[in-house]
Amino acid sequence: MGITRRKFLGWMGAAIGATTISGQKTQAATTKQFEGHPGSGGVLHDITRCIGCRKCEEACNKVNQLPAPEKPFDDLTMLDNVRRTDDKTYTVVNRFPNDSGTSPVYVKKQCNHCLEPACASACFVKALKKHKTGAVVYDASLCVGCRYCMVACPFNIPAYEYNSAFSPRIMKCTMCQPRLEKGLLPGCVESCPKEALTFGTRKQLLKIAKQRIQKYPKRYIDHVYGEYEMGGTGWLYLTGTSFAQIGMREDLGNISAPQLTAGPLSDVPIVVGLWPVLLTGIYAISRRKEKIAKEEQNEAVAATLSAANEEMEKKLAELKDKMEQQKEAAINLEIKKALKEAADQAKEDDGNAPADGPKEEK
Amino acid sequence: MSEETTLTDKKIFTPFNIICGIIIVVGLILTILRFTKGLGAVTNLDHNNPWGIWIGFDLLCGVALAAGGFVTSAACYIFGLKRFHSAVRPAILTAFLGYAMVVLALNYDVGRPWRLPYPIFYSQGTTSLLFEVGLCVFLYISVLFVEYSPAALEWLGFKKIRNLIVRMTLVLTIFGVILSTLHQSSLGALFMIAPSKLHPLWYSEYLPIYFFISSIFAGLSMVIFEGSLAHRFLHHKMDETHLAESTGVALGFAKAASFLMMGYAGIKLIGIAIDNHWHYLATSWGQWYLLEIIGFVMLPAYLYALAAREKNLILARWASVVAVLGIVLNRLNISVIAFNWNLPSAQRYFPSWMEIATSIFIITIGVVAYRFIATYMPILYKHPDYQEHQ
Ligand code: SF4
Ligand code: SF4
Repeated sequence: MGITRRKFLGWMGAAIGATTISGQKTQAATTKQFEGHPGSGGVLHDITRCIGCRKCEEACNKVNQLPAPEKPFDDLTMLDNVRRTDDKTYTVVNRFPNDSGTSPVYVKKQCNHCLEPACASACFVKALKKHKTGAVVYDASLCVGCRYCMVACPFNIPAYEYNSAFSPRIMKCTMCQPRLEKGLLPGCVESCPKEALTFGTRKQLLKIAKQRIQKYPKRYIDHVYGEYEMGGTGWLYLTGTSFAQIGMREDLGNISAPQLTAGPLSDVPIVVGLWPVLLTGIYAISRRKEKIAKEEQNEAVAATLSAANEEMEKKLAELKDKMEQQKEAAINLEIKKALKEAADQAKEDDGNAPADGPKEEK
Repeated sequence: MSEETTLTDKKIFTPFNIICGIIIVVGLILTILRFTKGLGAVTNLDHNNPWGIWIGFDLLCGVALAAGGFVTSAACYIFGLKRFHSAVRPAILTAFLGYAMVVLALNYDVGRPWRLPYPIFYSQGTTSLLFEVGLCVFLYISVLFVEYSPAALEWLGFKKIRNLIVRMTLVLTIFGVILSTLHQSSLGALFMIAPSKLHPLWYSEYLPIYFFISSIFAGLSMVIFEGSLAHRFLHHKMDETHLAESTGVALGFAKAASFLMMGYAGIKLIGIAIDNHWHYLATSWGQWYLLEIIGFVMLPAYLYALAAREKNLILARWASVVAVLGIVLNRLNISVIAFNWNLPSAQRYFPSWMEIATSIFIITIGVVAYRFIATYMPILYKHPDYQEHQ
């Protein structure tokens, strides 16, 4: 068992080594920031301007031909619960109490059209793609329905048509890609009465956002949400209330999804290249060991055999010796016996006529 | 079911058959429901919790516990541990059926199962770890089928092709190890894309290694566990070699598993040290984590070591039960329990009874298939025409 154990450990050591090396590579890669496709678009959502009228929700529902909601869009009681996007809703507006206890804050939520989308990198049939307009678009004709994109999205955006048996789709905001292609603004942006939504290239939007912060430092927190989060998003957010307060996670980090999985992906060629060599090597060693063991065994058997032969011969020789000795002794004894008998006879015959039998002729 | 009736020779209504029958009837009804009304009708999945126990249990545990196939054949054919030879066939059969059940479960879980070949043949999403998993599982299940086929061919009496395949054993085994390494580890790497959703105690850069190493001792444990079941229910099917070697297999595997599990617990702690997540251990999630590591990794590792030293077969079997449960716990923690841990409890997922029943249904199909194959084909014994080793 000793050797097996060592082999097992060596085997694992190689695996760990391979992954560690590429792990370092992943980290090294994070110092670079992908800036997105040149000229790719996005939307700046200025949360301080949003009044929670849900006009954007209504427009989204209309332009995307989504099913009519249970309650009409001007029913603002919908704001009593914090909602998420679902299979009938690409975008929702949520209400949060303000830090300072003054008027509440309204935040619109939809797909952020990440620069390096987790969903697209997770999709194993490329049903989700980052378009050069900046939109992350979905192709239902490829989708298998594995829902790994939903697992991957850090913002919990994609929804699924769980109740469709034959053609369930992933449902999420398309940034109105069909409208963009026609030169139109996204439905929500167009409908916003307060200009809380601004469409433009991401570069422009970043500039605008930073200008606003500079101009009204009291009104805004000095951070453009989405500039770096998860490697950067197409949608950018300005707020005067802390992000934690309005349900926007600050712990996502700046590493994009593809970088998170780059390590294990780059291990594949190593495993494919290394394993056959390693395993064949181990096989050769174990075969050789077997062969040597067999040879040794054969030798040992031969040695034992010849040793046994010698022993046997020795024994036989001894036995022969012994037997001869015994034989001689027996003969001697016989002779002695015979002599004695003869002598006795001679004594008996002394007076009588000479009898037959051996005679002493000395 | 008709095989079932002929299996027992005596009675049709044995408890085993009745229970299996009920499960299969319920399973078929749920199957109809699932494929006519959609996932929503049978599962508790929602937009925040897209993966439930069909992924967490059927896929993740299924693949891990089916690792016995590649571990046993590698031990025997590559590492040259010939005394494990009689364990190879049952292990390969379990692995093959295990993967078949995984694929069956996937057909229930994905929205459009008829498109499952898409990622391989139609539109390859190579940036996805799921693509790698899919490709490797597809290739490996083919390899397993070929590895298993000699038993079926012996049963059917196709000598030539059987001998041809047996001659490819080494190549097949090496393939199996490569593919297993890749997809076992990639299953862990699947979750690396979601650091914001998986609890930090379970999320680690080392997830692929954790999954790979734990799959090895999962496979070893499953061989021991399954061996004890087979001894109970299929004893009469075992030949002398199998019976003579089986204790050695169990104890040898117990010893190997014990080492691996200790090492695994060690690298789990190293992972926590590297991320400096010690403080989480003081939370209730930390207790849950420690329960997994101490109660379901270190404890069975200790029991295994004890069993190997004292040559205690019963203890090794009990340890294997704990170890298998530990794997199930680990996989469920990562995919379901500690996943989305930061969502409010009202938005957390708990499986519906129908999801659980479907999982049981799929396992039952596997068990029935195993019983059928092990009863008729030379799995636990050598076919009289092919007595020579290998
Ligand atoms: S927000 Fe989510 S769904 Fe939208 S692009 Fe990013 S990862 Fe994809
Ligand atoms: S559910 Fe569809 S879009 Fe999402 S990852 Fe799977 S195949 Fe891709």
